[in-house]
Amino acid sequence: MSTYDATGSAARRPFSGRRARAGDLILQGVAGLAALGAVVLVGLIVYKVVQGSRLSLSTFGLGFLTSTGWDPVHSQFGAANLIYGTAITSFGALILATPLALGVALFLTELAPGWIRGPVTALVETLAAIPSVVIGLWGILVLGPVLRDDVMPQLHSALGFIPLFGPSSSGSTIFTAIVVLTIMILPIVSSISRELFLGVPAELKEAALGLGVTRWEMVRGVIFPYARGGVAAAMILGLGRALGEAIAVAQVIGAFNGPIHANLFFQGNTIGAELANEFSNATSNLELSSLFYLALILLVFSLLVNLLAQVIVRRVARKQGLVAQ
Amino acid sequence: MSSADLSVLQRPNDRLRRRRWVNRGMELLAWLAAATAVALLGIVVWSVAKRGASELNLDLLTKPQVAFPVPGGPQGGLVNAFVGTLVIVGIATLMALPVGVLVALYVNEFAPAVVRRGVGLTLDVLNGIPAIVIGIFVFGLIVVGHGDSGLAGSFALAVLMLPLVARSAIEVLALVPGSLREASLGLGVPRWRTTLGIVLPQAVGGIVTGAVLAVARVAGETAPLLFTTAVGVSAGADWNPTHPLASVPVTIFELSDQALESQHAQAWAAAFVLLMFILVTSLTARWLANRSRRKLQRAA
Amino acid sequence: MMGQVRGDLVSASSTIEQAVRVETKRQPLPPRERLEQVFDIQDLTAIYGSKAALKGVTMDVYKNLVTAVIGPSGCGKSTFIRCFNRMNDLVPSFRQTGTIRYHGQDIAGKDVDPVAVRRTIGMVFQRPNPFPKSIQDNVAWGLKVLGMKDNLSERVERALTQAALWDEVKDRLKSSALGLSGGQQQRLCIARAIAVEPDVVLMDEPASALDPIATQAIEQLLHELKSEYSFVIVTHNMQQAARVADMTAFFSISRGAEGERWGELIEYDATEKIFTAPSDKRTEDYVTGRFG
Repeated sequence: MSTYDATGSAARRPFSGRRARAGDLILQGVAGLAALGAVVLVGLIVYKVVQGSRLSLSTFGLGFLTSTGWDPVHSQFGAANLIYGTAITSFGALILATPLALGVALFLTELAPGWIRGPVTALVETLAAIPSVVIGLWGILVLGPVLRDDVMPQLHSALGFIPLFGPSSSGSTIFTAIVVLTIMILPIVSSISRELFLGVPAELKEAALGLGVTRWEMVRGVIFPYARGGVAAAMILGLGRALGEAIAVAQVIGAFNGPIHANLFFQGNTIGAELANEFSNATSNLELSSLFYLALILLVFSLLVNLLAQVIVRRVARKQGLVAQ
Repeated sequence: MSSADLSVLQRPNDRLRRRRWVNRGMELLAWLAAATAVALLGIVVWSVAKRGASELNLDLLTKPQVAFPVPGGPQGGLVNAFVGTLVIVGIATLMALPVGVLVALYVNEFAPAVVRRGVGLTLDVLNGIPAIVIGIFVFGLIVVGHGDSGLAGSFALAVLMLPLVARSAIEVLALVPGSLREASLGLGVPRWRTTLGIVLPQAVGGIVTGAVLAVARVAGETAPLLFTTAVGVSAGADWNPTHPLASVPVTIFELSDQALESQHAQAWAAAFVLLMFILVTSLTARWLANRSRRKLQRAA
Repeated sequence: MMGQVRGDLVSASSTIEQAVRVETKRQPLPPRERLEQVFDIQDLTAIYGSKAALKGVTMDVYKNLVTAVIGPSGCGKSTFIRCFNRMNDLVPSFRQTGTIRYHGQDIAGKDVDPVAVRRTIGMVFQRPNPFPKSIQDNVAWGLKVLGMKDNLSERVERALTQAALWDEVKDRLKSSALGLSGGQQQRLCIARAIAVEPDVVLMDEPASALDPIATQAIEQLLHELKSEYSFVIVTHNMQQAARVADMTAFFSISRGAEGERWGELIEYDATEKIFTAPSDKRTEDYVTGRFG
């Protein structure tokens, strides 16, 4: 601290000198330890998951990813249909949620009268606060029966020639899971998109409107290109959320471990759902290790997704810096 | 020379008319999207409220759980789940809050820029790990050697809370004006006292609301608890965290898979209580956060 | 041609006088009866929320002239000009009374589509705002959307030529517009606006963000282009108005009994008259620099 002190003796500042420096070092040390702990934690998580899957990794290797079926009796475990189910439910949800989310974001930034904006924004964000188990409960007991009795049969009779829309018999299907996941990722994609649209400079919008183009043409020609990168990042974050969602999917997807099929209106399974349903029931070490293997796949997916989103966000931020002159 | 057709203002040509229709169509779609989102929220909340509120009674919060209820027989309650959640979430908060605040202090007050970005990246990565993987991690770390327990569940929840608490604390600490720090340091007060005595108290409001939001987030989490603390071990209220404890989300998860109407009813009721708790807590915390943020900005 | 010169005006406004006198490019104004009316403004009042920004503006704007709007800041010049292309509609609290007739038709009428208005009455803004697209796409985008896709590249070249930018960018049409200098960007914005063949071009302080050389280029454009378009230009720079404008409207701030302020049209006449022999004392005070 200051060596020049007009008022005098060290007695007036009892915490100066060595004790103060000790205090600084202690605080910095403890806080630094906490930060280090966070980093170590991530490493520990990766380590533990890899360690748990070692048995299964050595037994099945990468073939785990291509074989199907979960058979504890014959010690045969494969992840292919789980990976397929995870991909189809997550991408299906993304396909449904993205246009909805963009519509909501456009509504909130361009169309809504002032007094509506606040409440609707809050409502959409509240959707994100509903716990997955509650949505799953609603999915089984409310959504499932409606889909089973009305929606799926109608879609099947209308579009049944496409194998995606095959016959249905139960409310617990891949389609149910897609709808549930759509509800869960809608808030993320829409709130990020909303922020992006708000960030489009007003002068660009005015320039377009001044030429005599309609509002939609301005959105298409100015807002969308400007927000393109950010929306991509939002979609990827939504995808990541869908990939990692285990509980709600476990409740509504029907836990089907048969061969891969195309019918959306039939039961299916995902990695997360399998983990949620089967982890506590694992009978052998190999099965447990295979479940860890599944967790490892999920971990790798989510890390990659996270990384991709970060890269895009960084690239967008740099472009923004160039544009905002 | 201009091709401006003055009558265009009153008699639009075909092209303009088509563009106007497209525009109107798109506006309609946007309105529909917003209506759908709001309707979805309404439907879910309404379902939970309708079915849950009617089943709500004091028994739910006081009676022990009946493991294999018979139709017509005593249904019991879910006191074990509510007590369990209270204990588990409470301990998780005690674990995550100090660590989160310390991480935030380190990032804001001490860390060089590179380290700051590294820790920020770590927090983002931690945030992005699916809750079920965290549950499996804690299983491998603690449960394998020491069995299920409420503490293991708390630890798993704390791992989930850490990035939330740390990020919001970082934001709030960054809002504390540098002039306050300078004033304190200028008086000769050492760095650690400035941080703990001046900076931290200024940020306390925001840190608390961040913690409350994290609690609301984590109170509804099922996956981290599934394999770290079991359900149905104790039917009555158990306050001992070293035992495996029931919890509300896990109980709802288990009940939702059962066949009995009465069990569904209990699931709805528990879901209603959980949802109400989360909504009220989140909204209150957010409102408080806005207030304290405005206060800090005014003080700046 | 100069009219009578008042003694005290000579000393204070000599620079403006010089500008007006030296302006050999200035054609003498045709007599009023031969001027074709483009805008007929009657008792225009513009209100934001509960506060009036402008009150009771009545004037005519004429074809193929440069009409300047001058006045101190806060007198509603920008609001005024934005009434012509319904840009004020973008502000939710805006209301307008009175009429603006464009070739006889009320542009704020119920059955009039602002989109159609803006196509015919274009605008160049204060700060250059090119789209983050290539130079070519900046000009071509409006053309494509508005259905003027035939001979697209020729239209683009013509607009850029008219905006005196073609030679500087013809070899890099595909490069980003954001790489141009401020003056070039503003000329690009002018090209973008005139590419869609408007009748009138509104300019809201188009050179205020530019350096003197770029400003000069823009003013030169106004001279060259007014045979094809009619210009209404807001400027806070009196010398600029003296240099480029045929007609000048002077707005000022009026105050009410309870301290409310609003803008009013004080005087509107040929530029020479406004600067050398204004009828209203407030005009005289402003152009001689005594206030504002």
